[in-house]
Amino acid sequence: MSREDTSSGTFDCRQAFADELATMARADARIVAVCNDSVGSSNLVAFRKEFPERVINVGIAEQNMVGVAAGLANGGYLPFVCAASPFLTGRALEQIKADVVYSDFPVVLCGMSPGMAYGELGPTHHSIEDLAWMRAIDDLPVIVPADPDETRAVMRCVVASGKPAFVRIGRFKVPAVTPEGQAFALGRAATLRPGRDVTLIAIGTMVSRALDAADLLAARGIDARVINAASVKPLDTAAVLAAARETGRIVTIEEGIVHGGLGSAVAEVVVQNHPVPMRILGVPGFAPTGTTQFLLEHFGLTASGIAKAAQALLGGKMDA
Amino acid sequence: MHSPSGSDPSSSLVADASAAARWRTRRSRFVDATGSERVALLAATSAALRATVLRTISAAGLGHVGGDLSVTDILTTLFDGVLRIEPLQPQWAGRDRFILSKGHCAAALYATLAGCGYFDAARLAHFAAPLSPLNGHPNRRKVPGVETNTGPLGHGLPVAVGCATAAQLAKQDWRTFVVLGDGELQEGSNWEAAMYASHRALSSLTAVIDRNRLQQGAGTAETNELEPLADKWRAFGWEALTVNGHDHGELLQAFTSPRTNRPRVVIADTIKGRGVSFMENGVEWHHKVPSAAQVDAALKELGQA
Repeated sequence: MSREDTSSGTFDCRQAFADELATMARADARIVAVCNDSVGSSNLVAFRKEFPERVINVGIAEQNMVGVAAGLANGGYLPFVCAASPFLTGRALEQIKADVVYSDFPVVLCGMSPGMAYGELGPTHHSIEDLAWMRAIDDLPVIVPADPDETRAVMRCVVASGKPAFVRIGRFKVPAVTPEGQAFALGRAATLRPGRDVTLIAIGTMVSRALDAADLLAARGIDARVINAASVKPLDTAAVLAAARETGRIVTIEEGIVHGGLGSAVAEVVVQNHPVPMRILGVPGFAPTGTTQFLLEHFGLTASGIAKAAQALLGGKMDA
Repeated sequence: MHSPSGSDPSSSLVADASAAARWRTRRSRFVDATGSERVALLAATSAALRATVLRTISAAGLGHVGGDLSVTDILTTLFDGVLRIEPLQPQWAGRDRFILSKGHCAAALYATLAGCGYFDAARLAHFAAPLSPLNGHPNRRKVPGVETNTGPLGHGLPVAVGCATAAQLAKQDWRTFVVLGDGELQEGSNWEAAMYASHRALSSLTAVIDRNRLQQGAGTAETNELEPLADKWRAFGWEALTVNGHDHGELLQAFTSPRTNRPRVVIADTIKGRGVSFMENGVEWHHKVPSAAQVDAALKELGQA
């Protein structure tokens, strides 16, 4: 039984996001939410009820949304821009680059419902490119929390940093994978399972599936390490290189395009320091019609798909 | 121009206390002056600023001289007559915000900021030099007095709307001024911001359009007509005033007259290349660099030789 099917349940990270935002806003008058007619889809209804003046809803105007957030930061506020990730990162890409990152304003860019969370709504509403686009902008941190606890920890971390950040806030329900009391820090990955034969490096929705895949592999005598690399940028290069040295094989798994995201980030480190065979699992391009669950299966982004890829990668290494 | 010989082009910009003191003296004289005296004071500052811009661009071998000269009187009027600023405390929370959305006119902004003491005017010799903080477009990380990084067009107004929203939320009385080129109004982001500014009744926000009627390649009317421009802003809920953008008295009046509950746009009719006869209204002077002989001729015309 997969972790998504267990009795402990699965969670929408947007709820944890909204709860933590309200908690932080009670203690910090600088915090405001900026959105694009996305009060409902960003789960900000309760926040707006408690802080009606602190929701800056510019309407359906993403370029203005990000520019306004930069201006609010100039005026002393700490804006959380909450918008569906495809529109935030696609439509307002230049505002993110120039107004937020290059101008160095502490704006938290929250890409809501990323990846293929909008399933049947199709590639216009999918955000598989966001990690590649955001990674390409100077030193902007790119963070993909894997569950509600990590979502809260990431939010506290980016506020404390006083710097801009991009955070993916998932809509697809995920099981809890973060060990209790585990802190989040930029540039630090979490090893969720030790292993010697291969390393599965996953983010977001794919972390629990990588853990499930490790269970499947264990049953076949393969000892897989599982790493949650929520801090895609800066990446925990020490953890990646240790995985390369100690397990000799790396599979990356992300709900995003296979160009320029987590897999590329890991490969950039591996090929320049300790080359080992890799597989980059993700979405190859525009998706066909289907639910999120269907599409994840369609692209092999399941426990069995990950296990199969890991086994294939190990083909030359061990007789699995 | 005075060369900071021996100084490192990459060194950080630091405030120039004596220039700031001179700026403060100008402000005091301005405050105490009558209307016509005020105009004369601003005109003198503008003439000197035009000369500094020409020398800066000539030394750097690049710049956007046409737009620099069309926006000069607007900048002078704001910095010497209107803005509540403290050049020696560029991050003072209560300052008025000024944003130059047409960031390609950085030389005019840098010359203005140096004239207020944000940094030493000698550093203008490093405009666009390798590793200089004075990039071809303004960078707030490097240049004190720059509020947000501009360059790509259509970015200044949304950020200004955010600034004015911050003042409104915090119930602060500082104001926000943003200067846009007319050509950049072809960018849709401006109209997103215009709509939201009136929705929020941002009465502390003033947008100034440097209406020189030329963009990089041709006239705005030939490229993508902006008229009826004032009507467009009014339709978006703004109070729209049209003034002579080279008349300091008209600019002052437009920037300081009593406000309604609406954001205000000042459409400043200007001439690209203003003050230098052979540059005026010439589309080629968008970013052409004058020769040494042309700079000399221009400075003579400006009475700044």
